[in-house]
Amino acid sequence: MATLHSNINSQSADYLAKARAMQELVKDLQWQVSEVTKGGGEKYQSKHLARGKLLPRQRIEQLLDVASPFLELSQLAAHDMYNMSIPSAGIICGIGLIHGRHCMVIANDATVKGGTYFPMTVKKHLRAQAIAQQNNLPCLYLVDSGGANLPQQDEVFPDKEHFGRIFFNQANMSAMGIPQIAVVMGSCTAGGAYVPAMADESIIVKQQGTIFLAGPPLVKAATGESVSAEELGGADTHCRTSGVADHYAEDDQHALLLARQCIANCPQASGNNLPRKDSLPPRYAAEEIYGIVGTDLRKPFDVRDVIARLVDDSQFDEFKALYGTTLVCGFAHLDGYPIAIVANNGVLFSESAQKGAHFIELCCQRHIPLLFLQNITGFMVGKQYEAEGIAKHGAKMVTAVACAKVPKFTIVIGGSYGAGNYGMCGRAYEPNFMWMWPNSRISVMGGEQAAGVLTQVKRDQLQAHGEDLSNTEEASIREPVLAQYEHQGHPYYASARLWDDGIIDPQQTREVLSMAIQISLNKPQQATRFGVFRM
Amino acid sequence: MLSLKNSQHHGKKTHWNHNLMLKSILIANRGEIACRIIRTARQMGLRTIAVYSAVDTDALHVKQADEAWYLGGASAADSYLRADKILAIAKQAGACAIHPGYGFLSENADFVAACQAQGMIFIGPDAPAIQQMGSKSAAKLIMQKAGIPLVPGYHGDHQETDFLHQQADHMGYPLLIKAVAGGGGKGMRVVTDSADFKQQLLGAQREGQASFGNPVVLLERYLVQPRHVEVQVFCDRHGNGVYLGDRDCSAQRRHQKVIEEAPAPGLSKKLRQAMGEAAVSAAQAIDYVGAGTVEFLLDSDGKFYFMEMNTRLQVEHPVTEMVTGQDLVAWQLRIANGQPLPLQQTQIALHGHAIEARIYAEDPSQDFQPSTGTINYLQQPLTAPDIRIDTGVQQGDTISPFYDPMIAKLIVFADDREQALGKLETSLQSYHVAGISTNIDFLRKLTKLEDFATGQLHTGIIEQHQTQLLATNNIDLHTHIALACLALAPTTAHAGMRLNQASIVRLPLLIEEQQLTVELHLGTSYSANISTPDQQPFNLTFSGTRTDKQLQLDYNGTITKAGYSQLGQTISLFTMAGKVMVEYNRPQLDDYDQHNVACEGDIVAPINGNLIACMVAVGQTVAAGDALMVVEAMKMEHTILAPATGVVNEIYYNVGDLVTADTQLLHLEPQQDGENEAS
Repeated sequence: MATLHSNINSQSADYLAKARAMQELVKDLQWQVSEVTKGGGEKYQSKHLARGKLLPRQRIEQLLDVASPFLELSQLAAHDMYNMSIPSAGIICGIGLIHGRHCMVIANDATVKGGTYFPMTVKKHLRAQAIAQQNNLPCLYLVDSGGANLPQQDEVFPDKEHFGRIFFNQANMSAMGIPQIAVVMGSCTAGGAYVPAMADESIIVKQQGTIFLAGPPLVKAATGESVSAEELGGADTHCRTSGVADHYAEDDQHALLLARQCIANCPQASGNNLPRKDSLPPRYAAEEIYGIVGTDLRKPFDVRDVIARLVDDSQFDEFKALYGTTLVCGFAHLDGYPIAIVANNGVLFSESAQKGAHFIELCCQRHIPLLFLQNITGFMVGKQYEAEGIAKHGAKMVTAVACAKVPKFTIVIGGSYGAGNYGMCGRAYEPNFMWMWPNSRISVMGGEQAAGVLTQVKRDQLQAHGEDLSNTEEASIREPVLAQYEHQGHPYYASARLWDDGIIDPQQTREVLSMAIQISLNKPQQATRFGVFRM
Repeated sequence: MLSLKNSQHHGKKTHWNHNLMLKSILIANRGEIACRIIRTARQMGLRTIAVYSAVDTDALHVKQADEAWYLGGASAADSYLRADKILAIAKQAGACAIHPGYGFLSENADFVAACQAQGMIFIGPDAPAIQQMGSKSAAKLIMQKAGIPLVPGYHGDHQETDFLHQQADHMGYPLLIKAVAGGGGKGMRVVTDSADFKQQLLGAQREGQASFGNPVVLLERYLVQPRHVEVQVFCDRHGNGVYLGDRDCSAQRRHQKVIEEAPAPGLSKKLRQAMGEAAVSAAQAIDYVGAGTVEFLLDSDGKFYFMEMNTRLQVEHPVTEMVTGQDLVAWQLRIANGQPLPLQQTQIALHGHAIEARIYAEDPSQDFQPSTGTINYLQQPLTAPDIRIDTGVQQGDTISPFYDPMIAKLIVFADDREQALGKLETSLQSYHVAGISTNIDFLRKLTKLEDFATGQLHTGIIEQHQTQLLATNNIDLHTHIALACLALAPTTAHAGMRLNQASIVRLPLLIEEQQLTVELHLGTSYSANISTPDQQPFNLTFSGTRTDKQLQLDYNGTITKAGYSQLGQTISLFTMAGKVMVEYNRPQLDDYDQHNVACEGDIVAPINGNLIACMVAVGQTVAAGDALMVVEAMKMEHTILAPATGVVNEIYYNVGDLVTADTQLLHLEPQQDGENEAS
């Protein structure tokens, strides 16, 4: 294999400035994450603990194997979205190991608005289910939720991708043989009652978990019947009388042990037996990515310097190294697993797009997982390029990405703009996972370009009337557009809305990818069938 | 092979095979002594035949012997005590001789007679010698006749006060008045002054009458803190007898030796010679042949008194081998072969100092109760000419309740006692056993006592320092927590990985009865946040490495090395402080399993053993504290008492059954005192 030689001057002023800037972003990210791990805050956490319940993160830890990793999803979901703080959208989702098997854990955080479902809570829950389905992961629902957040009902109840979809997914995953286990550790009211009811197996904690379609106040109002919550839908009722729950737990811990046992009793079918080699660390330090990439998207870097810090022994066999050079394609191993990398090294030209489509076809034929490293301003524009058919060449790459049935992973390591986002396996192209680096930006085009387009349109209008745009007028158009694009293109903004699965530290990228590959291998290999390529 | 440096000093190389009639021997024993005998027999070119019981199929002595024959069931009575079967096997296997080892049939005169009757050589003395020494009173008479000093006393029928007082004054004070029928300290008085004699005598007689219905007493010299000093003797069939120095075996618990050394420290040359000569005379008085040990009590005034003679090879023979450079088993075989003693008395020289520590599977904190179970982990000190280990167990062996719980002997040799004690300490420290309790840490404390180190030995030394010896280890908690973390730190891929947060593993630990929760942050070094129920949380930062058996901790600038083993949720750490057990307390589903919990009233076996008695019947009402059953394990009886008043309504086992610890033996329906059936 070919070794990437990537000798960076880690003492240069440029390197040090970039490294410092990235360090600041990572620190802020870690601080934001440490904040959301406090859930609804000390007051609500103490109240929760005083009831003898474990906090959701403690529950997850007890549920998973000792020392299991936990690949948490969308930690910053709902960040800065509502007029109140809803840390992690009030639901903790992630993948960990139970009896050595990857499982999706979806845990309500009752310390955040009683674990009720805000629009982003629903979206995060559904995204976790989608990941579970795509990667063949058993689902464990640790239910402790008051159900839909009533003031937001129009945003969580009626639409296709709303609350009802949770149960649709449960039913269909169950049909696919993906275990669905519910652990009722608190309320499970109204629609929420269907989580345990739809589960393959459900566990309920005595004198703590309740399941009912209507709670005591509603029953009283509707029928005049007076009944306690425990009598109406407690563990005894459901384990002994109704059969809505299957396993009776003494407390949270017991419930989680029972849930582990449920997973132990699900035989695991073999997944994707992608051959694995011995893992070797890269030859260069991951922390150097900070100083290579920096935070200023206008400053280019050679993406091979990043690849050299991600792949085993920095070995990378480039495909068509001399053709369409703005797209770097090649084969490598990551933690022993074969991986095919598609990475931007400049704007996409027709040649780069055709090379990309060719390479993706190759990988699908060989069942090699694909890694997209996005840093793309878009496809080249201009008369010459339109004339040579850059749209159809771009379409070939988009077709290839859309149809590829190998595991796909996307990391936005710089800009993600316009159709470049599509060709490089953006969210719409269903990568198994998609993450962003803290320095990255995502929008339909760059702020500068958007501002430029808008001022040009205005100027054209004015010039049609024989007028022109003054500098102040131009600035008054430019500034708000720049500000809007900076705000909405920020990874926190993106992550809050689940345009990705989370923001990751560039240094942790290799580890995250290694886990992601392993997780994706739970699903057997699938044959790819491509659509019509416009030639 | 015994290849002590000092063996050259003794000069004499012996060629055992010369004229040897013995071609093969059967070893009628198990454990370390069987292995010990096999070793020498091998060296002498003999074929070795082992015997084994049902539970010893995979035992070390079976592996080491040239062949092994099955004896019978697990209990000694069904196997190693089956004289008839052993003799039959010996003949069938073509053995020329039987070596009995120690214990089992080694001092069974009938067996010796049976061997002789059937033309099988018994490696040991003849039957009459065993018989004579087997009866304590008879032995004392013979010794008295031979002029061997006995503890002065009056054991006669005259019970008149004045006569007894006269006898007492004659033998000197302090003395002991004992009711002949007495026991457990009742009817026993120590008199230090003639003036107090009469009053104490009357007291003892009264107590004897009241407690045992018999006022007869005996008088005996009261030895204040005597030592147990014994002499190794050897006699051949040609009238020769020699002694191979003495041994101090004063350190005893439950009347069993735990530390033995040779030579006995602090004895004058004259005293040694006197004891040695007395011992040879004692042996010759009964026409003794082979290896024997004459045990004396040595009083603080330098007088010694005959106690008993053991007519076999002793457990502690290796210390004598170390200081004499001789192989005593080889001597035994040579004598059994009819050859004369290899050395004359003048040729026997002592050199250096040897100490033996007996490693027992027992729990000193539980009154030295035997500990049964599987040796899941065994790491012994490296052996060398000056560090010898005689063992019969290997890792994976199970210590059953059927036999003596001694698992090994550690013997060290050095130029002097102080250096030998140093070697003993370092060797004991690197003797690591997990899965069962052992007395290793106890032995370390014992040999480090000032009295022990300075040679102030006496038979009560363990009892005297009991509090200190049984005190729990004062360990450096922080170092041990860090070591436990090192042992438990996961090495799996992505261990404890958290996104945008430190990788973390939470370890609930129970260490030295302290419940801790350790939040271990993983990285190039470790950081642990430790919280306890009753202390301020604290943090430890350390680094270190772990191999299969060893931990190397770098904490506070100090590098600590420790052995460790992990079995299920238990980690044993072996440090300077000894064995420290750490329980890793992750909850288990079984903790919640209602069906596994014994109900109130279920009486369970305290230990693996044999149910030897059942004092109750179904339907019987018993009061709290009444004896219900007796389970015997390792020669010890465990009586099970009723925890409360109640009616026995079911008994699950019969007398004679083997029971395992924690199985339900019987069910007791508890009754409230004064419960009114009519209500």
